[in-house]
Amino acid sequence: MSETALDVPARAVPRAPRPVVTRSAGEQARRVAKSIAASGGAHIVLILASVWLAGPFVWQVLTSFKSLSEATSVPLTWLPQHLRLDNYKAAAIGVPLWSMLANSVISTIVRTSGQVVFCAMAAYGFARLRFRGRNALFAVYLSLLMVPAQLLIAPQYDIILKLHLLNTVAALFLPGMFGVFGTFLLRQFFAGLPTELEEAARLDGANTGRIFWTVMLPLARPGLVALALLTIISSWNELLWPLVVNTDPAKMPLSVGLAYLQGVYPTNYPILMAGSLVAILPLIIVFVVLQRRVLEGIALSGSKA
Amino acid sequence: MAPNTMTDPTRRTRAGRVRPPAAASLPTRRPMRRSDAGWALLLVGPATVGLSLFYLWPALETFYESFTTSGPFGGHTWSGLHNYATLLHDTELRGALLNTVWYTLFGLLGVPVSLVLATLLAKPGRRFVAGYRVLMFLPAVTMPAAIAIVWKWLYHHDYGLINLGLGKLGVQGPYWVSDPHTALIAVAIVGMWAGIGYGVIIMMAGLEGIPPHYYEAAKMDGAGPLRRFFSITIPLMSPTIFFMTVLSVIASLQTFDLIYVLIGSSNPSLPQTRTVLYLFYEHAFTQNDRGYGSAIAFSLVVLVIAVTAVQFKLQKRWVHYE
Repeated sequence: MSETALDVPARAVPRAPRPVVTRSAGEQARRVAKSIAASGGAHIVLILASVWLAGPFVWQVLTSFKSLSEATSVPLTWLPQHLRLDNYKAAAIGVPLWSMLANSVISTIVRTSGQVVFCAMAAYGFARLRFRGRNALFAVYLSLLMVPAQLLIAPQYDIILKLHLLNTVAALFLPGMFGVFGTFLLRQFFAGLPTELEEAARLDGANTGRIFWTVMLPLARPGLVALALLTIISSWNELLWPLVVNTDPAKMPLSVGLAYLQGVYPTNYPILMAGSLVAILPLIIVFVVLQRRVLEGIALSGSKA
Repeated sequence: MAPNTMTDPTRRTRAGRVRPPAAASLPTRRPMRRSDAGWALLLVGPATVGLSLFYLWPALETFYESFTTSGPFGGHTWSGLHNYATLLHDTELRGALLNTVWYTLFGLLGVPVSLVLATLLAKPGRRFVAGYRVLMFLPAVTMPAAIAIVWKWLYHHDYGLINLGLGKLGVQGPYWVSDPHTALIAVAIVGMWAGIGYGVIIMMAGLEGIPPHYYEAAKMDGAGPLRRFFSITIPLMSPTIFFMTVLSVIASLQTFDLIYVLIGSSNPSLPQTRTVLYLFYEHAFTQNDRGYGSAIAFSLVVLVIAVTAVQFKLQKRWVHYE
């Protein structure tokens, strides 16, 4: 995904052809002035919205470098005096921040890999193979699509307990490695691919496994990438499930770690800002680097759901 | 590759169209091969085992447990509809339900906001689109736990930006999240804020599907920007607006993270802010009353499905498909 990852489209919509109309010079000038005024108005709205939506993060970054007395001085100071890292150090002393980061990274990677592999395999099976009970099984999958995750948490907890996996990284990723939504999304994707290439490969003597691996998976790459990115975002940010299974701070992911950090430093906001920045920065970097893929993935999942 | 435009999923113009699951017809054109069964087992088997263990079985288990009463040492006994009868008279649940409805209604305010922002961004020739999009999408990739902490700081009574700003205007700001009168609105604002970036992206994908010559033709006929927005954008975007509405309602009905981190278990305003899902968490995991918790969770699912079904029913009145 490296070759196109960085080329961000400057314009999402192709420029419309200008209507060919002849006008007097005065009218032309008035129209130009009007369009500048209109686009200026639009930019004011967009800038205000950007400040509203991204401003809290700027304030978070600035606060994370301030001392507690700087952050609580009245009248307030906007910029920190020094780029001090004390708050980051304090956050890492108060909670095992780096273990939490590792837990988040490992569980997100395993969970995402599992989702992509298991969902792609099952999705291809449902889209292209014919076997007894296929439609009935798929109907069961579809009905599970309507069951929200929270309903399943207590029994899932029991399973993890019986497997002696409470307070392990495996507990974080195990249920989430499988998914109905991913299977459904990719099944729709496979079903929409043309059958000609498969037919040709079969005539060349390729078996079903080979066709799946060498023909269909590469064709489904946009769908796989979309599923992977959506899983990364939801896995990284999830709170309720890890909160229930992992109560040992060293085994928590960052989401639960933040709630825990809040218990350690209830009122020291500079430290809380530093800790929460560590928690969100990896995903923001992934998003900014893979921006176009993420946005396409979201649009794609929206069109398929 | 054959240009099969009806089913090509990469065709972005179809973004936002919601089709009921019934439309997912299974392909039937290929005759069955003998080797398919083995491959099917190999490919579908692992996912089916995982989903049965971690999803299907737990769903059935929760349904069963909702008819049981949990004992103090973890066992449970069958108690029929007792939990559901209790549910009907539970004032805490009624309060939580009301709070959840408020969050849902507030969250819906984000839908028109995202449509307006997306329309401004999608205008041909608009500059800095990529920059705006990144900034607006930041809340959507940020974990709710972090969002809650950042907003808690903004809402801080003495040093929060919001109250400092209000102070400049001569207004004494309230204790936003711990005052029962303002806590609900404080949470609702954050919930709406967090959903807008995602909405903008979905709406922009939908706007790409509107042919530009519609706007050109309307312009030639003298329609102003507002008229074009209401007569072209809104009707043609109605499937996407509908999709966003459904998603927003489902997400709001399942609010948990914001309450857990922004409000917290010891906050005096918890009864005025907690959601149905938070109440489920309290019963099932802090009070170890799994049976009653399951009844709450199951009722929430029924509510989500019912509300979504009503939305699908009502869409015929206002959603235009080509």
